Amino acid sequence: MSNSRFTRRGLLKSGTLAGVGLAMPTIFTSRANAFTNDPTGGTVTLGFNVPQTGAYADEGADELRAFELAVEHLNGGGDGGMLSTFSSKALQGNGILGKKVQFVTGDTQTKSDAARASAQSMIQKDGAIMISGGSSSGVAVAVQGLCQEAGVIFMAGLTHSNDTTGKDRKANGFRHFFNAYMSAAALAPVLKGLYGSDRAAYHLTADYTWGWTQEESIAAATEAIGWSTINKVRTPLGLGDYSSYIAPVLNSGADVLILNHYGGDMVNSLTNAVQFGIRDRQANGKNFEIVVPLYSELMARGAGQNIKGIPGSQNWDWKLQDDGTKAFVKSFGTKFGFPPSQAAQTCYAQTLLYADAVTRAGTFNPCGVVEALEGFEFDGLGNGKTLYRAEDHQCFKDVIVVRGKENPENEFDLVEIVEVTPVGQVTYAPDHPMFAGGALGACNPGA
Amino acid sequence: MTEQTCPVILAYALVLVGTGASHRMAGTMDAIILQILNGLDKGAAYALIALGLTLIFGTLGVVNFAHGALFMIGAFCAVALQALFNASTVTLDPTKLDFLGNPAKVETPYLVSWFGPEMGASIIDWSVPLAILFAFPIMVIFGFVLERGLIKHFYKRPHADQILVTFGLAIVLQEIVKYFFGANPIPTSAPDVFRGSLDFGVWLGFEANAIIYPYWRLVYFAFAALLIASVFGFLQFTTFGMVVRAGMADRETVGLLGIDIDKRFTLIFGLAAAVAGLAGVMYTPILSPNYHMGMDFLVLSFVVVVVGGMGSLPGAVLAGFLLGILQSFASMNEVKSLIPGIDQIIIYLVAIIILLSRPRGLMGRKGVMEE
Repeated sequence: MSNSRFTRRGLLKSGTLAGVGLAMPTIFTSRANAFTNDPTGGTVTLGFNVPQTGAYADEGADELRAFELAVEHLNGGGDGGMLSTFSSKALQGNGILGKKVQFVTGDTQTKSDAARASAQSMIQKDGAIMISGGSSSGVAVAVQGLCQEAGVIFMAGLTHSNDTTGKDRKANGFRHFFNAYMSAAALAPVLKGLYGSDRAAYHLTADYTWGWTQEESIAAATEAIGWSTINKVRTPLGLGDYSSYIAPVLNSGADVLILNHYGGDMVNSLTNAVQFGIRDRQANGKNFEIVVPLYSELMARGAGQNIKGIPGSQNWDWKLQDDGTKAFVKSFGTKFGFPPSQAAQTCYAQTLLYADAVTRAGTFNPCGVVEALEGFEFDGLGNGKTLYRAEDHQCFKDVIVVRGKENPENEFDLVEIVEVTPVGQVTYAPDHPMFAGGALGACNPGA
Repeated sequence: MTEQTCPVILAYALVLVGTGASHRMAGTMDAIILQILNGLDKGAAYALIALGLTLIFGTLGVVNFAHGALFMIGAFCAVALQALFNASTVTLDPTKLDFLGNPAKVETPYLVSWFGPEMGASIIDWSVPLAILFAFPIMVIFGFVLERGLIKHFYKRPHADQILVTFGLAIVLQEIVKYFFGANPIPTSAPDVFRGSLDFGVWLGFEANAIIYPYWRLVYFAFAALLIASVFGFLQFTTFGMVVRAGMADRETVGLLGIDIDKRFTLIFGLAAAVAGLAGVMYTPILSPNYHMGMDFLVLSFVVVVVGGMGSLPGAVLAGFLLGILQSFASMNEVKSLIPGIDQIIIYLVAIIILLSRPRGLMGRKGVMEE
């Protein structure tokens, strides 16, 4: 006879209890980590990653103003801005899913490694569930990749390279801003109308992802209207003095100079080109012309009078007359004393779009958000009817073609709208060769 | 021109002539002349900054990484004067509306109110040349204060400490400028009379418009040449300059003669700051000033100093122009098609070649920066 107090029933009971006990933490853990940074308290944190130092700091500051305004409106403050004109009525001004929205900021310095580090810090230390912002395609591509790995949503700010929603597209990444292909598709017919179909173009191109894709897009579009391409010259970023690159243009046989430069580079190359008298010259029996495919109003101020008459494209302009634009300009202008830039508008819209997608999905889970944004059609955010295409997470909407204004009435009145190119004219197939080589993959909820 | 630089120039000329033979020769000649002009212009800026750097190094033995920031501050003196000239009275015009639909603000510069529209506009138009008068005393005083307040405490410290403190100072200065003026470039125009370009080609027998060059860049080159000549004249033909040169050669002996060489060297620091500042003032119509423009020039200017020979003023000027011209040639499509990417490395490549063949640089003196 055994004196052991172990019985079969007791063993089963103990085993079951031990199993449940051991499983408990796992259940809680899996519940807590259903997705990265699931907000459990009364607040939800968004991460705004913008250039706060470096050459694009002013653009970053405008983006931050827009983010601040969007958060204020989401939490029911201010006049509501574009919440009142947004076609989706899911947002009620009570935060996101009832949680008060707060935000943290990071400094991208317009450097990919710094941008990734600040985004990572916001995700890991501050618990940011969505990252937005940026003023460079190099940064956008880098941060989008990080967000995909970390399992948070990336709502891109100002990024114009085809690659962001082309070969570098990611399931967790969404772009509201237009791209180089769209600029080219909108600009080409206007350029044909302005300068005819017998033109020879010379490209000066910033030597990185955005410059390359813009050069490719503009060259293809202008060649399609009958222009020839004389040369494509890559220039280093942040060069300062472009005179050595401008001088060969003069007698190259070209009669149009296309500056695939942005920001400070655009200001400097354009200023140098005007100093060298390019706009006063004739070539091939025609007036020599300059084209700046992507305008930035903030940076255009640096070019002063040199932008007069020069055509380009924009994602949005504060002088548009739709209800969304009016509401946003009023809200932003009243709070800050000047009209918003296109960078501000795209960041504001992205924040509202994210909040709306979470609300419609009923969850902060990134995969739910992705599902809510894919194929989402909306209006009232300043760009007319817009589609977030499911295949590449690119927004499709009208594109603004502008020219530097000859007689500006004030310091903000830098460009005039030449044409609002309808979305149908700038839409392309998801498998277009300029966007090939990438795949969205599966959404990553993280955790 | 030293015998070491001749092979570099000759090799370049051969490349260009070789490529010229296979292209339109006349077109290539246009381009070569344009790039020489560009190179002289760039070289003038490099030479002016390197001249100041060399003056400071030659007199005080300090490696001043804040020198690019002095160039930037000079440029912002022009921006500040332009802003001062444009200071305006603001009135509301009910006939015009601003972007929010409120009566628009109409700004009338005080200068226009005081001197009339024509005279007021002319003064504003000439703000960059007038900024020379504004910037010179500011830069001299700034240099003086900088040397007395900070740099002098690092004379006996290792060069690494000097580099760290002056580089830190440069960052502080550019952040201060960014705080007050923002991060974006600020357009600063040359006077109307200097807008447009000179048809240089016609003078050389080319067809009209073959070689045109902006007036202001020619003004900048002439200004740089005058400034360089003035600095050399000051050092060569004045008693003050003679003492400074003697101090550069043998500081202790000059001190033993009862001359307060430190005071003179402090003034030389102020002079070097003024040279960098004036170079910055006149550069503003060429490159819209931004807070980091000094850093863009700093590294290149140090290469210029090293290539020219540490402590050698003529070497700094010679190397400035040499590297400016070579950098411009390297940007030519014909050259880049032969050696892709050469435009981004040419200065460093030439520096390596020169320093390998002549370790003290083009005109470096024995004993300077040598143990």
